Amino acid sequence: MVSYILRRVATGLVLAVLVTFITFWLLSFSFDGVVTNVLGPAASPDAVEAMREQLGLNRPLFAQYFEWLGGVLRGDFGVSLFTSEPVATAVSARLGVTLSIVLVALVLSVVVSVLLGVLAASRAGAVDRLAQGVSLTGLLLPNLLIAIVLVVVFAINARLLPATGYTPFGEDPVRWAASITIPVTVLVINGVANMAAQVRGTMIGELRKDYVRTLRTRGVPTWSIVYKHALRNAAAPALVVLSLEFLAMLGGALIIENVFALPGFGSFAFNSSIQGDIPVIMGITVFSVMLVVGVNLLIDLVNGWLNPKARIY
Amino acid sequence: MSSEPALIGTEAAPAAPKRSALRRLIRDPQADITAGLLLVFVILGLLAPWVTGHGPNEAVLSAVNAPVGTPGYPLGGDQNGRDIWARLIYSINTSVLSALIGTGVAIAVGLSCGLIGGYFGGRVRGAIEWVFNLIMTFPGILLLIVLMPLTRGDFRVTMLIFGVLLAPGTYRLVRNVTVGVRNELYVDAARVAGLSTLRILGRHVMPVVRGPVIISTAFLMGSAISVQAGLAFLGVGSSDVPSFGAMISYGFLNLYVDPLQFVWPALLLGVSTASLVLLGNSLRDALEGARPKASKVGATARAKAVPRSGDDAGALLSIRDLRLSYPDPGGEPKPVLNGVSVTLNAGETLGLVGESGSGKTQTAFAVLGVLPAEATVTEGSIRLDGRELVGLPERGLRALRGREIAYVPQEPMSNLDPSFTIGAQVVEGIRATTAMSRSAARARALELLGHVGIADPRRTMGLYPHQISGGMAQRVLIASAVASRPRVLIADEPTTALDVTIQAEILDLLRELQREMGMAILLVTHNFGVVADICDRMAVMQDGRIVESGTVLDVFREPRHPYTKKLLASILDESVVREDPPVLIGDTTRGPGHG
Repeated sequence: MVSYILRRVATGLVLAVLVTFITFWLLSFSFDGVVTNVLGPAASPDAVEAMREQLGLNRPLFAQYFEWLGGVLRGDFGVSLFTSEPVATAVSARLGVTLSIVLVALVLSVVVSVLLGVLAASRAGAVDRLAQGVSLTGLLLPNLLIAIVLVVVFAINARLLPATGYTPFGEDPVRWAASITIPVTVLVINGVANMAAQVRGTMIGELRKDYVRTLRTRGVPTWSIVYKHALRNAAAPALVVLSLEFLAMLGGALIIENVFALPGFGSFAFNSSIQGDIPVIMGITVFSVMLVVGVNLLIDLVNGWLNPKARIY
Repeated sequence: MSSEPALIGTEAAPAAPKRSALRRLIRDPQADITAGLLLVFVILGLLAPWVTGHGPNEAVLSAVNAPVGTPGYPLGGDQNGRDIWARLIYSINTSVLSALIGTGVAIAVGLSCGLIGGYFGGRVRGAIEWVFNLIMTFPGILLLIVLMPLTRGDFRVTMLIFGVLLAPGTYRLVRNVTVGVRNELYVDAARVAGLSTLRILGRHVMPVVRGPVIISTAFLMGSAISVQAGLAFLGVGSSDVPSFGAMISYGFLNLYVDPLQFVWPALLLGVSTASLVLLGNSLRDALEGARPKASKVGATARAKAVPRSGDDAGALLSIRDLRLSYPDPGGEPKPVLNGVSVTLNAGETLGLVGESGSGKTQTAFAVLGVLPAEATVTEGSIRLDGRELVGLPERGLRALRGREIAYVPQEPMSNLDPSFTIGAQVVEGIRATTAMSRSAARARALELLGHVGIADPRRTMGLYPHQISGGMAQRVLIASAVASRPRVLIADEPTTALDVTIQAEILDLLRELQREMGMAILLVTHNFGVVADICDRMAVMQDGRIVESGTVLDVFREPRHPYTKKLLASILDESVVREDPPVLIGDTTRGPGHG
């Protein structure tokens, strides 16, 4: 088991290095523009050259990348070209906002989807129609529209919840909860739409399998057959959707944060990209890639724990 | 898998004629309305220069926040004095182009790689999988934002990259379908016949892949449009490019001045994405037929007629005039059992014989009360020791199962839960039927496993089903079935899936257990050798009816019904060879001995 985890971590790190390198390489086409951005359009050629030298842009791409990577491995992510703020502090401050939305939404979506999907598959009838209705309506509209409608209805018209702004959890948990309620709701609507349908479909297939019938002939109670046996076997495909859903929610959060003026990753990434603040962009990339790798690793481990055939020691 | 009705109607015919799918689509009002709306949008977009009075970026001071209906400004003007109607119509083009680019790239990349990876496997697939894992590590929409210095926010380049990010979904879809088709016998045959890989992919694989890809196209387009709108809302992209996202962003800022400015683009965006999703669902219904329906677990098949009292009071298990039907694809009841009457006396072994599809397994499931929810017992009675089982609620049946009636299935592997150890499964069965503590149940499980001839019960308890052999799995299932000393054991072709050498051992084990526990065995089989070996009496089934029954000796010596004569005549000397109708080409789901 330990060697399996180590191997998965190693693969994840290789993927992370590749992703950051490809991003770095793609960004390198715009490095000249960055220098102009920092110095302004009227800068003299000498100043431009000095800046290029200072940033190391005259050196080969690999050398630049490995110097950056070396810094990252030492915990040094560089400083912003524009504000001179250390990248690590700037990124982690914004990441907290986005993650509180995404992780809360992810956990809620999983709970609701599993309950709804399992009930729909095992009870049929009204619950099933409800689950299918929820899945369909949740998919019809983009996050953005749902977010705006909820803000207009609950925050602006009914004044039940704050329309904009973010309160850190450490400051005031109640206001934190209020400030993320609508964004989380938006992501949950979409997440449940995707995942409940998946859980329902897989559970229907699972409940038709031979071992379910045999368990019934053994006198095993229905709840155990549904929640212990069938659900566990239905978990693997659901977990694949979960890892895709995490990415989708991260993307969705970036966009809807803007509706609520939340100081998260979305606006931060947008502003840094507009300016071409390369160290910050790379910092954002590395943090988010590690997040994706981490979540996927976690999901793989859960899958291995639930599904004995997936365990490769 | 082992029940005949599973083969009726649940599988959509893969080679369903294309025209009928199209006709189904046209007859579906949801498809007509959504496709019509989308078509109207696309045409409006194409005709943009002719249906609008202004350019999308033409700003006129006098038109700032102009109300709806201002001459030349049918939907008014925005806060920069631009024509909202014109911007809306031009925004359609941005969305259409985004959808085409994003979806085009996703399908081109996903389809080609999926076909190659699915068809070749091995190292080729390994490499492709690896690349797609890499793509899935990219942080999605965030990447589109951070690459702005490269894309300069041009939505066409952005959608190109987004298409690559969408490709893994299409890849997985195509790969799975291709792997499935590749393992079909007719593809093997085509390969043996010397068809080139390209020909096989084009002729045999593409027609199967086409449906799922067409369906996914609608959903991919919807998500490309949503993402483009979201990015434009965020401000990614040139402000000169009219788009729903940018218009919503302006409208949102201007919400208090004129809420309508926000409503128009939101409405159009919402209607477009909703139409695509609904159209995708309609496509799925038309191309793939009915999706599997949920059914209540443990819903008992209802008896519509009042069960008649039996006249064979002495029997332990008595089935009288049992009629059972399943709905056919059109929903009409299709009879499967047409009045089965058979009795089983205490301690005896009754062989229920007949060819595949004669209703043997359905009779067995009816006794156990584990028929699929769609099945209906239309008439008849099943009595255990005089107690009526038909119409008994799940709770009442559960109290009997395991304790009074137990079951040994045909295919040992698929009848064990792959995710739990052998020990956990046997222990759960024991604890479901007795009041034993966990440790007592474990001790009993160990004892039982040893009793059924498993060499190292302690080690076997800790293994998973995929780690043991079929013969061992069948012993585990038998141990589990007899754990609570049932009075009736229903064994559905318990030896069919096993090696010939194991078959005799399993029959010996059943005989030995019967002698020890005094239980009656209802043995479902198609094998006269097995019947002669172990049964006292036999009943012959054909088309859902018992056509002949009697002691094994009598029936073998003097068969009365022509069907029995035919069956007996078809046995070759001293052999157990089956005479099945030839398996249809492509029908690999129905392995030998199923049913």
